[in-house]
Amino acid sequence: MYAQLVESGKAETSEQDVAFQKRIDDGIRIEPKDWMPEGYRKTLIRQIGQHAHSEIVGQLPEGNWITRAPTLQRKAILLAKVQDEAGHGLYLYCAAETLGISRDEMTEQLLAGKAKYSSIFNYPTLTWADIGAIGWLVDGAAIMNQVPLQRCSYGPYSRAMIRICKEESFHQRQGFDIMRALVEGTEDQKAMAQDALNRWWWPSLMMFGPSDKDSVHSEQSMRWGIKQNTNDELRQKFVDQTVPQAEWLGLTVPDSELSWNEEKGGYDFGEPDWNEFMEVIKGNGPCNRERLEARQKAWDDGAWFREGLMAHAEKQSAPIAAE
Amino acid sequence: MDAFVTFCLRMGDNALILGQRTAEWCGHAPVLEEDIAFANMGLDLIGQTQLWYGLAAEAEGKGRTPDDLAFLRPERQFLNSLLVEQPNTDFGHALMRQYLFDAWHLPMQEELAKSSHEGVRGLAQKTVKEVRYHLDRSRDLIVRLGDGSEESHKRMQDALDWLWPFTADLLATDEVDAQMADEGIAPVPALIAKAFDAETQATLARATLTIPETRLRRTGGRDGIHTEHMGYILAEMQSLQRTYPGARW
Repeated sequence: MYAQLVESGKAETSEQDVAFQKRIDDGIRIEPKDWMPEGYRKTLIRQIGQHAHSEIVGQLPEGNWITRAPTLQRKAILLAKVQDEAGHGLYLYCAAETLGISRDEMTEQLLAGKAKYSSIFNYPTLTWADIGAIGWLVDGAAIMNQVPLQRCSYGPYSRAMIRICKEESFHQRQGFDIMRALVEGTEDQKAMAQDALNRWWWPSLMMFGPSDKDSVHSEQSMRWGIKQNTNDELRQKFVDQTVPQAEWLGLTVPDSELSWNEEKGGYDFGEPDWNEFMEVIKGNGPCNRERLEARQKAWDDGAWFREGLMAHAEKQSAPIAAE
Repeated sequence: MDAFVTFCLRMGDNALILGQRTAEWCGHAPVLEEDIAFANMGLDLIGQTQLWYGLAAEAEGKGRTPDDLAFLRPERQFLNSLLVEQPNTDFGHALMRQYLFDAWHLPMQEELAKSSHEGVRGLAQKTVKEVRYHLDRSRDLIVRLGDGSEESHKRMQDALDWLWPFTADLLATDEVDAQMADEGIAPVPALIAKAFDAETQATLARATLTIPETRLRRTGGRDGIHTEHMGYILAEMQSLQRTYPGARW
C-alpha cells in the first residue's frame, strides 16, 4: 500500500547512472552520502514519507478504541501497539530526512493533501472487532508489503524496515487473538467478528495497490531495488495466507468468487472495487476529512507547545548578559 | 470496606483514570515524541492499575478480578483523586496534571518500596523506576514551557491555577491513611505532603510559575464523590462490559 501510486521519474542514462544501477544490481546498499539519481531520491522521499504518514494517521482509527478496550490487558496491548506505530513513524521520518527533507516539510505536505497515506485508514473503526480485524488483516497486509522492503536498496529505509517488521508481526498476532476471543465468545461477539471481516476484507486487498496492468510505477521502482514484488504477487500471497486463517476462525470471507485453484496452487478471488479505491485516494472515503482534520488540529493546537520549547532553548543558549 | 482494600483501590483508581486521560492523546499530541511519551506513560499506568487491583481483589477475597474492579464498579465506588479525572482542556493542562500527580506519586512509591506489606513492597519496587522517569519528564517540560514563550507561560499558569485546588485531594488524609501508616504499609501522609511541597515549590519557581493563593480545596474523590467529568470517563471505559454482560474478550 505504501508504494501505491508513487510515480517514479525518468532515469537519465549518464555514466553515473550506469554505475549507480550496477551497484544496485550487485546488491550494494545506497547510503545517504552516495550519489543517486534525482528520480530515485524523489521516489524514496515520497514512498518513505507516505509510509511514515500512514503510521501516524494509523494511530487515529485504533486510538479510537483505547479508552473503550474491554479489559485492562487488551487496553495495555493496544496502547503498546499504537505506541509502536508512532515509533515507526519516527524511524521513517528520520530515514526520509537523510534524503534532504525535514519532518516539518513532510507534515506540511500531508496536511496540504500533497502527500498521501494508506487509504485503509480512511475507513472507520465501528466496533471492538474492527481492532482485531485491523491487526489481523491490515497489519497482515502491511507485513506482506514490508518484508521485501527490508531488502530495499536504500540503507536507512531497509534498516528501519527490519525493526518495523519485528514489531508488526506482534501486531498481527494481537489482532488475530482478538478475533479468536470473539469467535470463541457469544453469538453477538461472533457476529461482531464476521461484520468486521466483511467490512475490512476488500479495503485490505486494496492495500497492495492497483493491479499490475494499471500500476503506474512498478517497473522503474523494481529496477532500482525499491520495490521487489508486484502488487498482484503480494495480493495473491496475502489471500493465500489469510483465507485458511479465516476458515480456522470459522468466519466467511465475503467473496463469492473465492475458490482454490489446484493448478496454480493458490486461490482465485474477485476484483476489489477499484472505483471505490480511487475515490478514497482522491479524498472521498468515509473518514478522509476526519483524519486530516484531526492531524491538522493536533498540529495547530500544538503550535504554542513547540514554540514554547524553542523559546526556552533560545533563552538557554543566549549569551549571559555582561554584568 | 477493609482499610487495605480501600488503600489499594485508591492507588489503582488513580493509575487507571489518569491512564485513561493520558491515552486520549494518542494521535493528537503536539509532536510525535509526545504521542509516544503519552502512550508510554499510559501503558505504565495501566500496568500499575493491574497490580494494585490484583492486591485489592486478593485482599477482598470475594472472587472479583482486576477487570471486574475496573469495568463493573459504579462511579461512587471509584476512589481516585479528583485531579486525575480533570479533562484534557489543552496539552498544558495534561502536562500540569501529570506533573502534579508525579510530584505526589514518586515520594509515595519510594516510601511504598519500603512497605511492611510484601505485595505492596514488591509492586512499588517494580514501578518506582517508571514513576521516577515520569516525574523527570514532566518536571523538565513544566520548566521549559513555564519559562518558554509568553503564550506557553500563560497556558502553564492557567493550567496550574485551575488544577492546584485539586492537589488537596491527593494530599487529603483520613483514618485509612492513619491505619496504613500505623501498620507500616504506607508512609505517614505528612511525609508525602512535605516532599510534594518541596518538589512543587522548587520546580514551579524554576518554571517562573506562581502557586495560586487560593482557599479553594477540591476534595472528595477518595470517598467516591467526584466531579461531573467522572461519569463520562466510566461510561466510555465500561461500555463494552456493560453492553455485553459476562462476555469474555
